Amino acid sequence: MHPIFITIIQRLGLGFLTLFVVSIIIFSAIEFLPGDFGEAVLGQAALPETVEAFRRELGLNKPPIERYLSWVGNVLSGDLGNSFSGRNASGVDRSREVWSLIQPRLANTLFLASMTALVAVPLALVLGITAALYRNTPYDRVINATTLTTISFPEFFVAYILILIFATYLKVFPSLANISDSTPLLEKIYRSALPALALTLVIVAHMMRMTRAAIINLLASPYIEMAQLKGTSKAKVILHHALPNAWAPIVNVIAFNLAYLVVGVVVVEVVFVYPGLGQLMVDAVSSRDIPVVQACALIFAGTYILLNLFADVISIITNPRLLHPR
Amino acid sequence: MNTPTTPNGGYSAANEVTLVKARRSVLQNVWRTLKTAPPTAWFGMIVICLYLIVALFAPLFAPHGQSQVFPMAYAPWSDEFLLGTDALGRDVFSRLIYGARNTIGIAVATTLLAFFIGGSLGLMAAISRNWLDQVLSRFVDVLMAIPSLIFALMLLSIFGSSATNLIFIIAVLDATRVFRLTRAVALNVVVMDYVEAAKLRGEGLMWIMRREILPNIMPPLVAEFGLRFCFVFLTIAALSFLGVGIQPPTADWGSMVRENAGLIQFAEYDLTAALTPMIPAAAIALLTVAVNFVVDWFLHQTSGLHDEH
Repeated sequence: MHPIFITIIQRLGLGFLTLFVVSIIIFSAIEFLPGDFGEAVLGQAALPETVEAFRRELGLNKPPIERYLSWVGNVLSGDLGNSFSGRNASGVDRSREVWSLIQPRLANTLFLASMTALVAVPLALVLGITAALYRNTPYDRVINATTLTTISFPEFFVAYILILIFATYLKVFPSLANISDSTPLLEKIYRSALPALALTLVIVAHMMRMTRAAIINLLASPYIEMAQLKGTSKAKVILHHALPNAWAPIVNVIAFNLAYLVVGVVVVEVVFVYPGLGQLMVDAVSSRDIPVVQACALIFAGTYILLNLFADVISIITNPRLLHPR
Repeated sequence: MNTPTTPNGGYSAANEVTLVKARRSVLQNVWRTLKTAPPTAWFGMIVICLYLIVALFAPLFAPHGQSQVFPMAYAPWSDEFLLGTDALGRDVFSRLIYGARNTIGIAVATTLLAFFIGGSLGLMAAISRNWLDQVLSRFVDVLMAIPSLIFALMLLSIFGSSATNLIFIIAVLDATRVFRLTRAVALNVVVMDYVEAAKLRGEGLMWIMRREILPNIMPPLVAEFGLRFCFVFLTIAALSFLGVGIQPPTADWGSMVRENAGLIQFAEYDLTAALTPMIPAAAIALLTVAVNFVVDWFLHQTSGLHDEH
């Protein structure tokens, strides 16, 4: 077997092991709740029988391992349990299924994230590569100073500056990104332009700086100098010699920032009241609705881990040294 | 130049070292280094000092108390209320000044705690290199696989939002990064002969950590402290902005932005009102930029970590 397969399988195994441990951590969230949380959810007037029934529904009378296994089984088959909100002391259960809360919002968040990625990734790569090629020129210095400043800005600051300029002064974009399933696509893009722009500004800075560092590292290696010294044209040095070795770091940079997008989306969604997963999670945290928090955390963490895993595998596959082992 | 001798006339290496050092005092050395600092670093240091002064002497600067309520909600900028009042009629300028104390104080406490936990565990792992190292490293790998803001949100929903919980949760999550760095740089030092010598002459774990390794890994740790502070500061601001961090009525910059955000829509009638929520956000941004500038310069000074060729 090609040694590269073994490396990839090892990496995949490690990734899924991480996913497994992370799912245990998220599952244990419910274990650490204080003992009287049944009353906290149902209200102080709850009868002991109602609290007992609630605990039974959560399965708190069974051993943790059994509960974990059934929880994982349910999650894998798409059943994320019922939300804590909508229950009351009289035992009437108006709670909704977590999945029905999450599903429309997940679609919205994915829409926002992919819209941002489509703009941000090419932009950051072009800026990063050009800054590396023309390093120590005024162009590079300006880009460097700008991105260092943008990185230091909290996401909500960037977002509010954009609202101030584009929504209240110029009035070109709406400040509330109010979209739903029935909104036509063009209208959707128009309404979520500002959140996407805010996210783009935040991640382009990170991505561009990392691309620049990766390329500069590469251009300093002896074999590139050798190619330049023997008179190879600049384009050929970049495309033929540098790029094959640059794929791995570049893919890593992209995946890292898409993973960063997963987190950045939370704050930006709240600023623009965008009906996405991040906003749902923040609301659930304020009302301590643990099943919803668990489900959101699982989705965010899972995406993050899978993206990083994907980047690792790509960088193994594209690495010329591993592709042609001696 | 007098030769380095001990009182009884023999040669002493320790004396020679102090002789060379004594030619300049510590203050002179610091001043010499500072003189070479670029303007961005100077800007950063001055800004940081100003913030610290404001944070330490907040009651002297603030005209009103941080949760003192006046019977005028959303008052415009005036001589009495420099930046107006918020929805409950609290003076925004005073809250901004107290916010410096609360926000920076909590961020510094969190960073210190993170460095204490991560640093000591990292050193221990690097020195012992046994099962402890394995267990800690794998555990940190898993913790770092979850985005920290998401993890922090989940933990806050379990333990509830309070300043103490916030400090502990963020410190533990950040300690993972500190652990990685400390362990990595300490591994390079642990293999040195003088550490081996210290072990052989029977020094304890604490001595080796404090006297042999720590002084040699200080520069990257100091730079990391600056970067970690920025990160913690931004995370706490983001959590407070989301309403699950520092709780009212404590003044803090993140929640001030959220409380006054609605004023932005009045920008065309009164620009100053729209600027009110921006000022705390700008205060956060300015401090982070300043720390970044200083750390950038410090890294250039102390190590070859810079990418210029």
